[in-house]
Amino acid sequence: MNKRAFNGIKVLDFCWVVIGPMLTRYLADFGAEVIRVESQSRLETLRLSQPFKDGIPGVNRSAYFSNYNVNKYGITVNMNADDAHAFMLPLIKWADVVTDNFTPGVMEKWGMGPEELHSINPNLVTFSASMLGRKGPESQQPGYGPVLTSLAGLSSVTGWPDRPASSPYGAYTDFLLPHLAISAISAALIQARHTGKGTHIDLSQLEASLQYLSPMILDTQVNERIPNRMGNKDTQIAPHSVYRCKGEDNWLALACETNEQWKSLCKIIGNQSLVNDNMFISNEKRKLNEIELDNLIESWTITFDPFELMEICQRNGIPSGVVQSCQDLFNDDQLKHREHFVRIDHPEIGPHATDTNAFTLSSTPAEYTRHAPLLGEHNEWVCKQILGLNDESIKQLYRNGVLE
Amino acid sequence: MISEIKVLDLSDKRGIMCSKVLSGLGAQVIQVEPIAGSDARMQGPFINDVPGIERSLYWHAYATDRRSMTLDLTLTRGRQIFKDLVRRSDVVIESSDPGYLPSLNLGYSDLVKVKTDIIMASVTPFGQTGPKSDYLATDLTGVALGGSMYLTGEKDRAPVRIGHSQQFWLLGGAAASAGVMIAAFHHSQTGEGQYIDVSCQQAVSRTLSHAPQIWDLSGENLSRNGAYRKIGNVSMRITYPCSDGEVSFFYPAGKVGARSMDGLAKWMSNEGVHEKAITNVDWSKFEFGTISQEVLDDLESALLKFFSNKTKSELSAGAVKFRVILFQLNSSEDLLNNAQLRARGFWTPLNHPLESNNFRHSQLQHPGGFASIDNFNLGPKALAPSLGQHTNQILYRELGYTETQIESLRLSHVI
Repeated sequence: MNKRAFNGIKVLDFCWVVIGPMLTRYLADFGAEVIRVESQSRLETLRLSQPFKDGIPGVNRSAYFSNYNVNKYGITVNMNADDAHAFMLPLIKWADVVTDNFTPGVMEKWGMGPEELHSINPNLVTFSASMLGRKGPESQQPGYGPVLTSLAGLSSVTGWPDRPASSPYGAYTDFLLPHLAISAISAALIQARHTGKGTHIDLSQLEASLQYLSPMILDTQVNERIPNRMGNKDTQIAPHSVYRCKGEDNWLALACETNEQWKSLCKIIGNQSLVNDNMFISNEKRKLNEIELDNLIESWTITFDPFELMEICQRNGIPSGVVQSCQDLFNDDQLKHREHFVRIDHPEIGPHATDTNAFTLSSTPAEYTRHAPLLGEHNEWVCKQILGLNDESIKQLYRNGVLE
Repeated sequence: MISEIKVLDLSDKRGIMCSKVLSGLGAQVIQVEPIAGSDARMQGPFINDVPGIERSLYWHAYATDRRSMTLDLTLTRGRQIFKDLVRRSDVVIESSDPGYLPSLNLGYSDLVKVKTDIIMASVTPFGQTGPKSDYLATDLTGVALGGSMYLTGEKDRAPVRIGHSQQFWLLGGAAASAGVMIAAFHHSQTGEGQYIDVSCQQAVSRTLSHAPQIWDLSGENLSRNGAYRKIGNVSMRITYPCSDGEVSFFYPAGKVGARSMDGLAKWMSNEGVHEKAITNVDWSKFEFGTISQEVLDDLESALLKFFSNKTKSELSAGAVKFRVILFQLNSSEDLLNNAQLRARGFWTPLNHPLESNNFRHSQLQHPGGFASIDNFNLGPKALAPSLGQHTNQILYRELGYTETQIESLRLSHVI
C-alpha cells in the first residue's frame, strides 16, 4: 500500500445521502480512517435507492450507496438513546474531523453542535453542510438536490426558451460542492495541525452552488438582463450546437471558435464555396444566420456515425464531442485510460463500477481498496479496536439500544 | 486560513475556478498572464455587451483576490523571471495543452529542479495522457463527452447542456483546488510536493448521480426526460408551472417524504382544498422502487391544479411555512432578492470602476464565499485586477528588480 495524503487522519462521519458521503469519500480515498455513523431506525436514503443488485431492494444492495461509500467503515448507532452521547465521547476525542449534513439543529439536539464538539476536542475540524446555511429565516427548510438546483438558478437557464425548464438529472448541486468542501477541510486540517486549534466549517449548499453562476449574477446587475434558457447556443460564437447524427438518438456537439476552424469545417463538409458565402463569412454573420447555418451543418452530420465524425473533426482541428450516454462512458477510451471506473467487489452486490476521482496525485495517489460498509458491519471492530471494549460491554450497548 | 500558501497561477479560463477557491481560503495568488491578457478576459458576458480586456464579467466574477502580472514565457528572460517566482511559491496552477509547458522547459520535471517541493496542478479537458489528451474541447463539446448532456433536455429535441456556459472548466478548476489542497495538507506534514493531473471530462462524469451505476448494474441506459425524473420503473414530475413561472416539487420517499406530504396536506386543508390523491395515501410506506406510477400520476394532477393559480413567491412562502420540499425556479434577479441570502449577508459588494451606460452604481454585489469558517465568510475582498496591474510591484518588491531593469523588460516585451 502506498502512502496517502490523509494517512493517520480520523473522521467521524455523520453525513448521509449524496453531498456528505461524496465529500467524505475523498478523505477515505486519500487514506483517512472514516467511520460512518448510520442508524437502523432511520435508514440512509441511498441504501434504499436504486440501482439494486438484481433489481431487488435491500439495505446492502444499492450501488448508489456503495459508489459514495467505498473505503469507509460503518457503524449503526441510535443517537436518540440515553447513552449515545457517552458512547460517542471517546470517538469525538479520537477524531480529527467530524462531518454532518443534517438540517441545522440535529447535531445540537444530540449535544454535538460545533461548540460542544470543540469543548470536548479543541483540535477538531467540524464540517456541516446544509441546504440554506445554519442561520437565516429559511435555515430549517427541508430540501434535496433535485429542487435546490432550481432554487440556485440552474434550472431556469437549462433547456429551451420556448419550453419549460429542463431540470438537470439527479441532485445536481450536490455534485458541484464536494471539491469545494474538501478544499476547505484540507485547509482547516493544515491549520489545526499547525496551531493546535480546530475550526468549524459551515457550508450552505445554495451559496456554494452560486459560485458556478457568478457571471450571470453580475450580468443582471450591469446589463440589466435576466438570462433565459438558450438551448446549446452561445452568445458569442456560431456554429455552437448539438447536431443529429446517423442512428437513433445520436448527437455530436460542435463549435467553431475561430474563422480557421470554420474554414476547416467547410473543407470537410466538402463545400469550399461556403468559405466565401456572404451569409457565413464572419462569426457575426454566422451568428446572425444561425438557423440556416445549423440546418446546413445538420444535413451533413446526419449522414455520419457520431464517433466517426468526431474523429474527422478533431483531425481537422475542430472542437467536437459525441453526446455520450452512460453506456458510451464505459466504452470511452480516454476514461478507460484514466481508470475512471474501477470495479470493487462487494459481498452482496458483487463487483460493480465505482467512480474514481477527476484528479490524480503523483506521489500520494488515491486507492480504492475497501467495499462500502454493510449496514452496521464495523460495530464490533470499532468497539474493540478503537474503543477497547470487551464482549460484555458491547452486548450491554446493544441491550441499552445504543448500538443497533 | 492558508495565508502562508503562495500560488502562481498560469491558467486561463480553463483553470480560473481553482485560484478562486484557494484565494477564498486565504492563499496569496499571483496570476501570470500573457502580454495580451488571459483568455478569460475575452469570455462573455461583457459590460454593455462590448468585448474588451477589462470588460469581461466572467473575469470579474472569478479573478477576484489575486494580483496580475504579464509575462512572455516564450522569451528566455520571461522564463527566468517565472522560475524566480516559482522559487518563492508553493503551488503552480496551469491549464495549457498537454506538452506545451514541457516544450518551454517549464514542465513539472523542470520546476522541481527550481523548487524541489513545488505542488503543480494541470487542468486540461481530458488529462495529460491518453488517446483523447490532444482533443480540442470547448465547454459545449466537453460536457457532451462527460455525459451530463445526454441526461438533460426534452425527449423530442437535442440534448442540452446544464446552465449557460463554462461549467466544464469551472468543474475542472474546482477539482484542481481539491487536488491542490489535499497535496498541500500532505506537504504540511511531510514537506513533499507533487503533481496533480486534472481531467475536466472526469469532473463532469462525477456529476451524473447514479446513472453510470444504473447502466453498470441493471443495463438501463438513462436518457433525458424533460420535467420528469425516472426513478426505477416510474416517472415523477419535478417541475411544475405556476401563475408567474415555475416551481420544483420533489417527493423523496421515506420519512422525509412523508413529512413533506403531511405539510402539503395541511397547507391544502388550510385553503379548503381536499385532494384524495394526497390525503388518502400513506406516504410513509413508500421507498423509491415501491411507489406506483398511478399514485404519482394522481399526485401530479393534484399539484398542477393547486399550483396553477399561485405565484412562485406565494408557493415559496407556503413551502417554508409548511416545510414542504418545494423551491421556485429562481432567475438571477430572484436570487439577488432572495430573503435567505440577504438575511445571511451573502452578497458581497465590491467597488467597480465600470463604464456602463446602463449601470448606475459603483458597487456590484458579488456572490459571497462557498462556506464560512468560524463564522467568517470566505467571500471576495478585492476586485479582479486589471491586466498587469501588479507587474511592477511584484518585480520591484518581490524579485528586487530596479526601475531601470523593469523598464528594459517592458521595452523588450518580456512584460
